[in-house]
Amino acid sequence: MKLHQLSVFLENKRGQLSVPLNLLAVAGIDIRTLSLADTQQFGILRLIVSDWQKAKEILEKEHCVVNVTQVVAIEVPDRPGGLADVVKVIDHAAVDIEYMYAFTFQSGRAALIFRFNEPDAAIKQLQAEGVNVVGSEEFQQRFPD
Amino acid sequence: MKNTGKNGDCFHPAAALDYLPSDHLQALQLRRLQSVVQRSYDCVRLTRVRMDAKGLRPEDIRTLDDIRHLPFTVKTDLRDTYPFGMFASPMEEVVRLHSSSGTTGKPIVVAYTQEDLEVWSSVMVRSFVACGVGRNDIIQNAYGYGLFTGGLGAHYGAEALGATVIPISGGNTDRQIMVMKDFGVTVICCTPSYFVHMIERAREMGEDIRRFPLRVGVFGAEPWSHAMRRHIQEESGIRAQDIYGLSEIIGPGVGIECECQAGLHIFEDHFYPEIIDPATGEPCSDGTEGELVLTTLSKKAIPMIRYRTRDITSIEPESCPCGRTIRRIQRICRRSDDMFIIRGINVFPSQIEAALLAVEGTVPHYLIVLTRQKGLDQIEIQVEVTPAVFSDTVGSLEGLQGRIVKTVENILGLSVNVRLVEPHTIERSMGKAKRVLDQRNLNS
Repeated sequence: MKLHQLSVFLENKRGQLSVPLNLLAVAGIDIRTLSLADTQQFGILRLIVSDWQKAKEILEKEHCVVNVTQVVAIEVPDRPGGLADVVKVIDHAAVDIEYMYAFTFQSGRAALIFRFNEPDAAIKQLQAEGVNVVGSEEFQQRFPD
Repeated sequence: MKNTGKNGDCFHPAAALDYLPSDHLQALQLRRLQSVVQRSYDCVRLTRVRMDAKGLRPEDIRTLDDIRHLPFTVKTDLRDTYPFGMFASPMEEVVRLHSSSGTTGKPIVVAYTQEDLEVWSSVMVRSFVACGVGRNDIIQNAYGYGLFTGGLGAHYGAEALGATVIPISGGNTDRQIMVMKDFGVTVICCTPSYFVHMIERAREMGEDIRRFPLRVGVFGAEPWSHAMRRHIQEESGIRAQDIYGLSEIIGPGVGIECECQAGLHIFEDHFYPEIIDPATGEPCSDGTEGELVLTTLSKKAIPMIRYRTRDITSIEPESCPCGRTIRRIQRICRRSDDMFIIRGINVFPSQIEAALLAVEGTVPHYLIVLTRQKGLDQIEIQVEVTPAVFSDTVGSLEGLQGRIVKTVENILGLSVNVRLVEPHTIERSMGKAKRVLDQRNLNS
């Protein structure tokens, strides 16, 4: 039920973001969603893409440092309290959220991407509470280009 | 048959001199010292002027200890007498000229007679033998060929040994790795920092040097730390041996680590070592750290009397378990040349390198940048991020940064900035690594 997320190390300098993005563009790899964590000196570009293995290979060939992390995608209705309900379940499961990001798709639906310290425990609890955890294949099918 | 590298397997008659009884060795050294001082006094104006000024005559050298009365020679003497002012042989006897790169001023010129080249080859043979390298080995010589003494020095020694030499010179790393693999290379000669680059590049090419027949590296031409040796040995599965030399004395082959890897034996039948206090010039007792001073006992073209190497080391008081009677110096991890002074504290790049390697997972691609901001010297260490240390959270990278800062500060006792940079943004050297970028003069 987990998704492969690529993280790319970037120095916090003008033009740095273009490097990995252009490599993916040329290779015809689609970015499903992304987030960018930044500090004064460096940033981490986190990506969920159409073909993570190919993307990793291409980026590493051009000397990008790439890390693969397993993240959890959850689908929720896009309404007030949608996220709050999910976080409540996570709190009960006593797992920690390292970070998260979200995007909306279609109309009225939102997807949440979570990085948990214990993803398996989180998935178990979320599913037990009836939350829709989206697996890798379903994610690629349902979140269209 | 693969050479196992044990001493007995690669005995070479030239190495017999490594085992001379001490009293014989000292008698030989004294004879040669008296002869070289006489020759330098007769043929080199600088020596004569300086000895005369001290009221010293060649015949005043009666014992080896008397060497301390002789004047020092320093690097600037070679520049001041550029190009041929230190020659003791006429040009028709000189068969080879080499020169330093001259990055810090005018280059220095070094010269060899036929006899000097033979001595040079013989000490390189003894160096290879001490590393367990023999005539069955295939040696890839990636030291630069040309004016730099490293390439040709190792080349002639390897040939005299009877090994198979590949004169590939430096650079073109992909080809180096291809040749290393396809030719079944067993010994590599290059700078340690270039070999670290080769390990990295091989991995990118999908190769693992640990699976190659390569078994020994003869690394020199720049100071390197114990930690870097461990890194190389673990990452490539070879034995990393330290070789010492300098062009002013002869080139590579002044000293070598034996298989005990416990200091470098100096070929003191040709190069007489002393350790002095760099501030006062007074001799240090064995075991005490100071500046290495070398006198060439048999060199003809340019005899060097008490040359101050600026390398910081000590003479090992104990004898070596390998049985060699020629004395050892400690591995040279620092040079007074490389030292920089920041906020009144003497810092050697090797100290920073040791700190970086102590922090788990950090490989030695780094650059020390010195700047001056509002009159205060700042030191920034740029460290390349590697897949091994990179994770997806900001906290883990900041943690890494913090650990490096803390480890360096503990060692140096001054505050530093650490900047994590993307891989391959720090320039790779094909020869001597450039570790320090001093921008203080531009900014002040």
